[in-house]
Amino acid sequence: MATSSTRSVTGSFPVKRGLAEMLKGGVIMDVVTPEQAKIAEDAGACAVMALERVPADIRRDGGVARMSDPEMIQGIQAAVTIPVMAKARIGHFVEAQILQALGVDFIDESEVLTPADEAHHIDKFKFTTPFVCGATNLGEALRRISEGAAMIRSKGEAGTGNVVEAVRHLRSILGDIKKICTADSAELFEWAKRLQAPLSLVQEIAETGQLPVPLFCAGGLATPADAALAMQLGASSVFVGSGIFKSDNPALRAKAIVEATTHFMDADVLARVSTGIGAPMTGIGMDEINQRYAERGW
Amino acid sequence: MKPKLHIGVLALQGAFAAHAEALRKCGAEVRLVRTQEDLSGLHGLVIPGGESTTMSNLLVASGLSEVLKGLCQDGFPMFGTCAGMIMLAETILDGRSDQVSLRVLNIDIRRNGYGRQNDSFEQDISVHSFDTPFHALFIRAPVIEAIGSDVEVLASWGDRPVLVRTANTLACSFHPELVSDLRIHKIFLSIVENFSVTNPR
Repeated sequence: MATSSTRSVTGSFPVKRGLAEMLKGGVIMDVVTPEQAKIAEDAGACAVMALERVPADIRRDGGVARMSDPEMIQGIQAAVTIPVMAKARIGHFVEAQILQALGVDFIDESEVLTPADEAHHIDKFKFTTPFVCGATNLGEALRRISEGAAMIRSKGEAGTGNVVEAVRHLRSILGDIKKICTADSAELFEWAKRLQAPLSLVQEIAETGQLPVPLFCAGGLATPADAALAMQLGASSVFVGSGIFKSDNPALRAKAIVEATTHFMDADVLARVSTGIGAPMTGIGMDEINQRYAERGW
Repeated sequence: MKPKLHIGVLALQGAFAAHAEALRKCGAEVRLVRTQEDLSGLHGLVIPGGESTTMSNLLVASGLSEVLKGLCQDGFPMFGTCAGMIMLAETILDGRSDQVSLRVLNIDIRRNGYGRQNDSFEQDISVHSFDTPFHALFIRAPVIEAIGSDVEVLASWGDRPVLVRTANTLACSFHPELVSDLRIHKIFLSIVENFSVTNPR
């Protein structure tokens, strides 16, 4: 038998990306209390996002949205056994340091919170904890990956209950990946320039046919059908924020969205789980909102 | 030429796509399994990593848990990684009280025994019968705390077993599907091959 030579390595990119792989085919749910976290875990969430306010309430209340109170995050960590994520403001690397010290499993550098830096995102390679970042298009996704993000999610338009922006972002990212796969090697230089993204990542996409990290869908999902739509379009998992706990029956809806995400190709299952789960969140149209969170981040 | 082995990968939640790719590279015919119908004609089943509580819920909701328990009783070959190993275990420590497992592998396993994500790690390990180390990724991995007398340890890290087998069951606490090294998947395929010769379906 050969003997082991190397020492254990923590916080490496493969270890970070590994957790993103484990979350595939699942639903990550926004929760604001330990009780909600338990409901999410009972319903089959593969992770929870610990927040002080869901995006719909941030939108309604206005003001500055910041990292959550550590006491609230710890309460949620104590309540569940599944991974716990939490949000830091774009560019606020000290909030991220605090979240890492709290032992959260994933940090979301999120446009839903008020940005702390108008030019710079966090250098995510400096952290042991993996990061997920939002993107509206492939260039943005690749810039976040080049900063160390281990997972990309569509931004969508959080807190609206309206899936249209998430669909736009998914189609844009996946559409450009398809085009890059048919480009010749000389055209890849032009793609890198146009996307304002590192050439090496563009070349990697051309070779593998996919984003270098898992692509999840977020922003405005409210129904089991929304979750299955995101999965059929090519997302690997879904985040559901306000859509669950702003609905009539969060426990039933959460379970239905979990089943819809697993059986996303089976219309009979989708019909069954969409039945009798009460009203979804009301939602708002894109022309009714005055602040587009998706425009935050660069 | 030998007939192709048909391997199912349980695709309720988790790293099923990576397992499917690794098995295809080994030459197997792969099917993602989400319903009872998906199980017909298979020679073996992989249960991937992911969240064991989520998988447990979906196993019950889909009616698969009873069917899989039946298959286990017939000695059907199964390979569980990380959460998949939890799903196979006789005894789960630190799990939820309503958590379902197939109880085909006589081990006591502690969920998240190596800690949270910040404690996740990569490490070369020695595997019985391999000439060179295997590079193992441990992601919020479970710890095997005790094993039955019928369980063979193929690899350990520290004082804990991390790769174990019985006649027809293989399980590990790390993620061979996340590295390009196919040697552990090949161990499983040899288990499946032996079983399918003596138990044609």
